[in-house]
Amino acid sequence: MTETSEQTGQAPVDHAVEVVTASMVFNEGGSARVAALDAVDLVVEPGDFVSLIGPSGCGKSTLLRLIANLLDPTSGEVRVNGKSAAQARLDQDYGMAFQKSGLFDWRTVAKNIELPLELKGWDKRRRAVRVSEMLELVKLPDRGANMPWELSGGQQQRIAIARALASHPPLLLMDEPFGALDEMTREHMQSELLQICAATDTTVVFVTHSIPEAVYLSDRVVVMSAGPGRITDTIDVDLGGARDEETREDDAFYKKITEVREALRGSEMATGARGIEDR
Amino acid sequence: MKTSGWISSLVPPLAFGLAFLGVWELIVAVFDIAPFTLPAPSAIWSAFIERFDQVLEETLVTGTNALIGFVLGIVVGSLTGLLTVRFGVVESLLTPLAVAVNAIPIVVIVPILNNMLFGTTSQVPRRLMVMLIVYFVVFVNVSKGLRQVSPTHLELMRSYAATPTEILYKVRVPNAMGYLFTAMRIAAPLAVITAFVAEYFGGVQNGLATGVRNSLNGSKDVTWAYVIGASALGLTFYLVSSGLERLHGGKQTSG
Amino acid sequence: MSSGTATRGGLVERAARRTVLFVAALGLAAVAWELYKAIGPEQGGDIFGWRIIPKTNDRVMPHVWEMLAEFGDPAIGSGDQKVWSVLLGYSWFTFRMALAGLVVGTAIGVGLAVFMARLRVVERGLLPYLVISQTIPLIALAPQVTVIRGTLGLPQWTSAVALAAFLSFFPITVSTLRGLQSVPKASLELMDSYAAGWWTTLVKLRFPSAIPYMVPGLKLAATAAVIGVIVTEITLGGLRGVGFATIDYSQKVTSQPASVYAAVFAAAALGLFMFGLVVLSEAFMMRNRPRETT
Repeated sequence: MTETSEQTGQAPVDHAVEVVTASMVFNEGGSARVAALDAVDLVVEPGDFVSLIGPSGCGKSTLLRLIANLLDPTSGEVRVNGKSAAQARLDQDYGMAFQKSGLFDWRTVAKNIELPLELKGWDKRRRAVRVSEMLELVKLPDRGANMPWELSGGQQQRIAIARALASHPPLLLMDEPFGALDEMTREHMQSELLQICAATDTTVVFVTHSIPEAVYLSDRVVVMSAGPGRITDTIDVDLGGARDEETREDDAFYKKITEVREALRGSEMATGARGIEDR
Repeated sequence: MKTSGWISSLVPPLAFGLAFLGVWELIVAVFDIAPFTLPAPSAIWSAFIERFDQVLEETLVTGTNALIGFVLGIVVGSLTGLLTVRFGVVESLLTPLAVAVNAIPIVVIVPILNNMLFGTTSQVPRRLMVMLIVYFVVFVNVSKGLRQVSPTHLELMRSYAATPTEILYKVRVPNAMGYLFTAMRIAAPLAVITAFVAEYFGGVQNGLATGVRNSLNGSKDVTWAYVIGASALGLTFYLVSSGLERLHGGKQTSG
Repeated sequence: MSSGTATRGGLVERAARRTVLFVAALGLAAVAWELYKAIGPEQGGDIFGWRIIPKTNDRVMPHVWEMLAEFGDPAIGSGDQKVWSVLLGYSWFTFRMALAGLVVGTAIGVGLAVFMARLRVVERGLLPYLVISQTIPLIALAPQVTVIRGTLGLPQWTSAVALAAFLSFFPITVSTLRGLQSVPKASLELMDSYAAGWWTTLVKLRFPSAIPYMVPGLKLAATAAVIGVIVTEITLGGLRGVGFATIDYSQKVTSQPASVYAAVFAAAALGLFMFGLVVLSEAFMMRNRPRETT
């Protein structure tokens, strides 16, 4: 747990993300009323890597979209970087990556990464410099002139991440970005992601279906349950900052996985929901 | 919830339509436009009501021609399409021809065919022309539907040791039905237009086009009255075919 | 998309193959024509009292070689100029009007599509009328358009361009609207996450994403534009294009029967030419996109 500002005597630092008793209800008053989220609280400190995991319908993607201000909560508040989520979006304080890379078919890889920078009004030279930096970062330095569909799935996701980080936002929001990749590529991408985040000191909120993935990547795993969407547990993952392939073989790693799995089972049994991978 | 859905689909078109007619009426009145130049909606409407029986009669003539040609075109087009399953070469030869025929405007084909078939005493040449135009559209789509079957489905049938005839009935024909309905939706307005054009260039003096042609030198409101008939006919054909397509399975390909 | 036949070879090979087949089909049609001419009745015939067997006399059904030879014959009323040269001039004239009509039609079509994509109300209100507008027979609309043109004092070719635009705008509107509305949700969310406004999203996302959908509409529009101009030439006179040629030569049919067919071929060739132009621009516009296998 982070120390409070009073204890360290430093100036108060805004939480990276602060969700205060947020609820999200779809079709309020209609026959298809869905309580996607029910009075959810979440705090993420700068530099944290937090995973959201839970069965289908637990609201993890909805929660992510509340943080991204792609949805407005029916009640409660969402603050990002000390501002309202809406302001944070207007100020472009975060980058987002989805399960489908969502790269534009008609733009080259380089131009895809440039997209958020164009929208911010950067000039051509500045954009070009940043693009080559990002390509270096995701280890695809000579792919700038290729078209997205010429790249493999894993490579496309790397470009999507490069795009998400292009403007160096303090916060990265990811919605199952590795879900469509095969197992080997997935593990590889996880290591890459950690390296990238360490290099850029980004805060990450990461939605996933996979327990090992959540444990491998995160400082904290937030366990959610469905019907209605709630946070049932938060599990600290103290496997240390420098994780690598060896970490996957550690006993501590397996123990953590079990701990998360049991937390999920507990929430599942309470609500009878399903849908977690044990891979 | 359901009733408000209804309303929201009906109000905008009604509003737009009334606004359009209103503006049209206003322009004619304000600029004092002669009926020869551009008739006002009110004038057209009264001409239409006045001649309603006549317009209806001509609409039925044109409509019958279009319908007969339409049905014949579908039948012959489908039958020829079936041939292409067994004899692929038929498809390779007829489809480019269909493209060429489609490139020739109907207004050019009709006078030529008229010459070849003269028949000033019957509606038959008109029906044949409609059939010809409809035939090509149906043929191209049906043969495509019969031949472009998913390889997975074919493999499956082969694993059942199914005969070609069984494959035809159980896989190809169902697959082609969607294409057939799409072809019908495309060909329906074409059938009406072809029937109309066929009438325009002479022959028996009935049908909507004759009405239009005879009124062209006079007041245009009569012309428009007949156009209303033609339009209604075309729209009916289109809506019926579209409805059939939706009933069948709804997946509207843009053809 | 699945097909029953595998695609063999590259783009050039397939194009060559299609051209060969096309020529073969024409050849076969020519053979069938001559065959029927040889056995068919000169004055047409009846089946069950219905006159449905076409006439085969030389005036109405010239021999195929006569039709081909016709291109090299001097055209009546054009001095020494050969038919092919005259027809080329006419085709060029029609082409320019059709192209102008296509451009105007595309501008209108795209504009309407954007308008309808922006405001659902407009889509619901306007679309039915756009559909209805296409059921109006052009031959009936042409005189009305030309009368208005005359009153406004505009040159004759504006009628042709207007009618070509009228026929071509609709397929473009429909296909563009579909394309603008068929954008993957994730991409829209992405633009949302950039706080991009509707117009920015239109320019950077919806429009490029809609181009593959627009192509089939553009193909239909191209041939429709040609038809629009030809109909105008035929029904209104005064414009010397390919349509005019078909009428002109059909009146001279007693002396040079094959010339009508020559004009018809020219009209078909023009339609195919416009279609080919669209295919070329498609290849250019989509050069960087993944190849769809149909």
